[in-house]
Amino acid sequence: MTEWLAPLMFLCLVVFLLSGFPVAFALVANGLLFGLVGIEMGLLKIELLQALPERVLGIVRNETLLAIPFFTFMGLILERSGLAEDLLDTIGKLFGPLRGGVAYAVIFVGALLAATTGVVAASVISMGLISLPVMMRYNYDPRIATGVIAASGTLAQIIPPSLVLIVLADQLGKSVGDMYQGALLPSAILTGLYALFIFSITWLRPAWAPALPPQARRLLPADTAITLRLRLRVAGKVLGVLLPTLLLIFLVLGTIFLGIATPTEGGAMGAVGALCIALLKRKLSLKLFNQALANTTQLSCFVMFILIGSTVFGLVFRGLNGDLWIERLLLDLPGGKTGFLIAANTMIFLLAFFLDFFELAFIIVPLLAPVAQKLGIDLVWFGIMLGVNMQTSFMHPPFGFALFYLRSVAPENIKTSDIYRGAIPYVLIQILMVALLIAFPEWVSNLETSIETPVPLQLQLPDF
Amino acid sequence: MNKSISSYVGAVATLNRWAGYLARAMIFAAIFICFGNAISRKAFDLSSNAYLEIQWYLFGGAFLFAAADTLRANAHVRIDVLASKLSLKNRLAIDLIGFTVFLLPFCMLMTYFSWPMFTDSFYRHEMSADAGGLLRWPIKLCIPAGFFLLGLQATAEILKTAVQLKQLKALSGGAHHD
Repeated sequence: MTEWLAPLMFLCLVVFLLSGFPVAFALVANGLLFGLVGIEMGLLKIELLQALPERVLGIVRNETLLAIPFFTFMGLILERSGLAEDLLDTIGKLFGPLRGGVAYAVIFVGALLAATTGVVAASVISMGLISLPVMMRYNYDPRIATGVIAASGTLAQIIPPSLVLIVLADQLGKSVGDMYQGALLPSAILTGLYALFIFSITWLRPAWAPALPPQARRLLPADTAITLRLRLRVAGKVLGVLLPTLLLIFLVLGTIFLGIATPTEGGAMGAVGALCIALLKRKLSLKLFNQALANTTQLSCFVMFILIGSTVFGLVFRGLNGDLWIERLLLDLPGGKTGFLIAANTMIFLLAFFLDFFELAFIIVPLLAPVAQKLGIDLVWFGIMLGVNMQTSFMHPPFGFALFYLRSVAPENIKTSDIYRGAIPYVLIQILMVALLIAFPEWVSNLETSIETPVPLQLQLPDF
Repeated sequence: MNKSISSYVGAVATLNRWAGYLARAMIFAAIFICFGNAISRKAFDLSSNAYLEIQWYLFGGAFLFAAADTLRANAHVRIDVLASKLSLKNRLAIDLIGFTVFLLPFCMLMTYFSWPMFTDSFYRHEMSADAGGLLRWPIKLCIPAGFFLLGLQATAEILKTAVQLKQLKALSGGAHHD
C-alpha cells in the first residue's frame, strides 16, 4: 500500500523544482516533507534525519569536488585576461582565406578555450563579441554564424577539464582522470563533426559562409611587402598568442595525463597559471580578481548545496524504496543494455530542456548509475555518453544557456529565431554523437585500464 | 519597512557578508595550498596529510559559510522556466512558504543535530585517522555554524519577502478601493 509513496515523491519533486524555489532547497523541502510522512507512517525512523550531519561531513570531505572552485576560478580569470580575444583575432585571420574560415576558427578556438577554461558562458560571450560581428560584416548567414558560436562554446562541457566530467566522475564513483582520458577521443570527434558540418555547408551553400576578402585578413599593415622576415614575424605573432594557451593546457591536462598531478592539483596549477597570464598581460586588477573570487565562491556554494539537497532527497527516497522502483522500471525495459542506454539518454535529453547539468548529475544520475552497473555497463563509457548528451541542455531552444549568453551579446539585427534555428543542426550532431558512442564503446579510450594517479583519489559516492 | 525589521535584516546581511568574505579568502587559500603542495611534493618530495586535509577543510568551510550570503544575493539557482510566468505576488508567496516551512526548520534541524558531532569531537580531541592529519573539531564546527548562519539569513529573507508582499497587497488593494 505504501509503494506509491516513492513515485509520488518523485512527482512532487518535479512540482517543487518547477515552482521556481531555489533548486537546493526544493530538494531539501521535498526530502523533509516525505521524510516526515514516512516517519509518521512508521516507514522511516527519525535516526534517518539524524544521520544528515554525517552525510554533510561526507560531502565536505569530498576531495574530487574540490576541483570545482579551482577550475571555475581559472576559467573566470582567463575570461578576463583577454586570452579568448587574442586567440580569435589571430586565428580568425589565419583561417580567414578559407571558405567558412571564420567558422573553423571559432570551432578551433572554442576547443582550445574548452581545454583551458571549461566555462561555457565565457567562451560563448567572448566569441559572440568578437567573431559574430566579423562574420556578419562579411555576409555569413546569421544562422550559421550564431550556431557555430553557441556549439563551439558548449564544447567546454565535454573537453577536459570540464566541470561536468568532474561531477559525473564523483556521482559515478570513477576517477576524474579516467573520465578525462575517456572523453578525449569523443570530444575530438565531436569537434571534427562540427567542422565537417561547416565544410559541407561551404560546399552546398557557399554563400552562407564565404571567405574573407584579402583586406580583412591581414595580420600586418596592408602595404608591407611579403618577405621572409615578414613571414617569420607573422609566425611569431601566431605563436606568441598560442603559446600561453598551449602551456596552460599542458600545465593542467598534461600533468594530469602524465600522472604528475591529480585533477584537483591540475586545477590549482591552472588557477595559478591563469593568474600569471592575466598578470603578464596586465589585465588583472584587484576589482576583477575580487569579482572572480566572489563568483567562484557563489558557484561552488550553490553547487555543493544542490548536492546537500539531493542527499536529503536521496536519503528519504531510498528509505521509501524509490531506488527499487526506478530499478524495476528501468530493468523491465525491452532491449537489455541498449534498451536501457537509449531510454536513459532519451530521459536525460528531455530533462535537459528544464534542468542544467548540475541538477541532472546530482539528481538523475544517482538513480541511473546503479541500474547501469547492474547491467554491466562501464560507468566511464556511460558517463561520457551522458556528458555529451548534457551538452544539449545548453543548446536546446528555447531555454539553452548558450543561446541566452549569445543573445545577450548579439547585435540587435540578429533575430532570436535565427539563433534558435542555428542551434538545431548542432543539437542533432550531439544526438548523433551519443548514438555513435552507444554503437562504438571503444571510442571511450580507457575502458579497461585506468591511468595511474600519484595519490589515489578518495572517491566517496554518496550512497543513494 | 518597519524600522526594527530593517535594522535586523541589515545586521544579518552585514554578518553574512563578512562570512562570505571569509569564504572567499578560504577558497583562495585552498588554491594556493593545493598548488604549493603539488609543487613541493614533486620537487622536494615533501608533503603531508595536513596539507591535503587543510584543502578540504578550507573548501568545506567556504561553501558552508558562503551559503547564507549566496541566499542573500539570491544566487542559489532556480528553475524559472515556468515560475517566471507567475505573477510577482505568487513568486514571493512561494518563497515565503518555502523559506518558512522548509528552509528555516531544515537549518534549525541541521544546527541542532550537528552540534553534538562537534562537541563530541572537541572533548575527545579527535584527530584525523591519517598520520600527520589535523584536529577534527574545526571542520565539524563549520557545519552547525554554516547552517546557523543560513537559518539566520532565512529569517531575514522571510521578513523581507513578507514586507514586500504586504507592500504589494497595499498597492493593489489601494487601486481597488480608492
